[in-house]
Amino acid sequence: MQDLALEKTMEPALAVSNLNVEILGENGAFPVVSEMSLSVNRGETVCIVGESGCGKSMTALSLLRLLPESARVASGSIKIHGEDFLAMDQRKMEDFRGDKIAMIFQEPLTALNPVLTIGEQISESVRQHRKLGKREAFARAVKCLELVQMPDPERRARQYPHELSGGMRQRAMIALALACEPKIIIADEPTTALDVTVQAQILGLISDLQKRLGTAQILITHDLGVVAEIADRVIVMYAGRPVEECSVYELFDNPLHPYTIGLMGAVPHRGEAEAAPRRLADIPGTVPPLWDLPKGCAFAPRCPGASSRCLEERPPFVEMKPGHFAACWEHDHA
Amino acid sequence: MTLPKRFRNISLILGTLIVLAIVICAVFAPYLTTHGIEQMDMRNRFSGPTLTHWLGTDNFGRDLWSRLIFGARVSLTIACISVAVSCIIGTAVGLAAGYFGGWTDLILMRITDIFLGFPAIVLALAIVAVLGPGMVNVALAIIVVAWTEYARVVRATTLMLREQNYVLAAKALGADPARILVKEILPNAMGPIIVLASLGFGTAIISESALSFLGFGLPPPTPTWGWTLSYGTRFMRDEPWLAIIAGATIMVTVLGFNLLGDGLRDALDPRHLSRSAGKKK
Repeated sequence: MQDLALEKTMEPALAVSNLNVEILGENGAFPVVSEMSLSVNRGETVCIVGESGCGKSMTALSLLRLLPESARVASGSIKIHGEDFLAMDQRKMEDFRGDKIAMIFQEPLTALNPVLTIGEQISESVRQHRKLGKREAFARAVKCLELVQMPDPERRARQYPHELSGGMRQRAMIALALACEPKIIIADEPTTALDVTVQAQILGLISDLQKRLGTAQILITHDLGVVAEIADRVIVMYAGRPVEECSVYELFDNPLHPYTIGLMGAVPHRGEAEAAPRRLADIPGTVPPLWDLPKGCAFAPRCPGASSRCLEERPPFVEMKPGHFAACWEHDHA
Repeated sequence: MTLPKRFRNISLILGTLIVLAIVICAVFAPYLTTHGIEQMDMRNRFSGPTLTHWLGTDNFGRDLWSRLIFGARVSLTIACISVAVSCIIGTAVGLAAGYFGGWTDLILMRITDIFLGFPAIVLALAIVAVLGPGMVNVALAIIVVAWTEYARVVRATTLMLREQNYVLAAKALGADPARILVKEILPNAMGPIIVLASLGFGTAIISESALSFLGFGLPPPTPTWGWTLSYGTRFMRDEPWLAIIAGATIMVTVLGFNLLGDGLRDALDPRHLSRSAGKKK
């Protein structure tokens, strides 16, 4: 009943607006995520892309209110089906986690409890949200494992994480996240710890399940190959800020922000008949430390087309073309 | 019989055998004794080991073997009660202090420090002196001191475990603190708790013997090891058997539990675990 009511209002499944996260360091607080806004609809996959330390994982953790003690949400709002997640009390928040919104973690080995069997872990989580007996919950766990195409689910449910292969562990992790059929799934680099063939299987599984279950999905990655594979829309982050947001086609065909263009150039290409392999492009310099960001555009010191204005003033994150947002002075007139 | 490799260590096997032998003696005491524990044989006082009295007799001619076997019951019962209760209290305090941190941690650990501040035996003597002798009171005297050890170790383990990814993952799935403590952290902390408990048995037996030795244990004619040792020392010059055998019994028992604890520590060491998990990869 309640779910139906929620879906009728055309609210996005997850809406984040103007989220600011800061880390409380010894020399005061500094921002790790700034002015992050995003919304994900039912059945949609949004990818957040960026290099290590750009605030991707912090964004993911803040969406579940799982930030470490040293960090906190300074301002902004997170709405799940229109309900303010940040304002909820502990109890209600725990009810939402796992039931309405769930997370797939990066390293399935460390994210599974080593001393409980896979089946126990899934049924524990189910029993947290549903009034089910032990046996029913276990049966449901086996069903979930079947859903993620775990071979021999009945037997695997009785095994411990260390008895499974890397790919199977990630399947178990996904089954754990899906156990209560959450409407929103956040996946933080779900394939990074896996080898390439298994990566493809897991990505296939994730997008297949999403089509069947119609979940809204946020996928965090640094791998543009993954983005091309399953994203609908993409947000590129740099130094804690979104610098570009558009559809996946637009991103690959028509990137606007010089950082995105640089990322594209840094991806190895294959097949184009060239006499000598092209040298891989790189972006000179490194990401500025978050506690010492430049005054203007954070990317300006590394940007090939930076002007004096870029160094002085931070470009606003605005809609350059319909549905295509970017933060860059160069394209201001476009 | 094939044991997994990590259980194949000498102190674990030796400790298990000694503990098993003593537990069997205590459980089947009535079937293993040769004489009644209060049956006096005045013609054979201080007899020394003979065929009828395997370990000799005491100053009333009571059979020492039979008395020590029944003494094992007393010692083990008190040890069981005190280990179980102090383990539960200490673990609960340690889990709460380690997981919630902040003020909870500060207050709980300062309380623990207060209990640790007293010399253990003086505190135990005071408690028995106030409450009077009796099995429960002796156990209580041991518990009051023993739980602190569990609290400190479990707190330290919890501090480490609460940072684990699977705890974060459990939170992400909506687990409340109680569930995280009981289902995620406690099972992973069982290794050190089991080790402490088996070492705790040894400590509890020593404490109980010390209290009985000082006359604060179960009152005679209960055949406690400590009291047997205590009055044995009075005849030490002429008849050393009594004290030596009673002392050796205590020593071997405690040694057994300590070996068991040390062996378990080696077997349950997380480094061993990670090594064997690494091989499987």
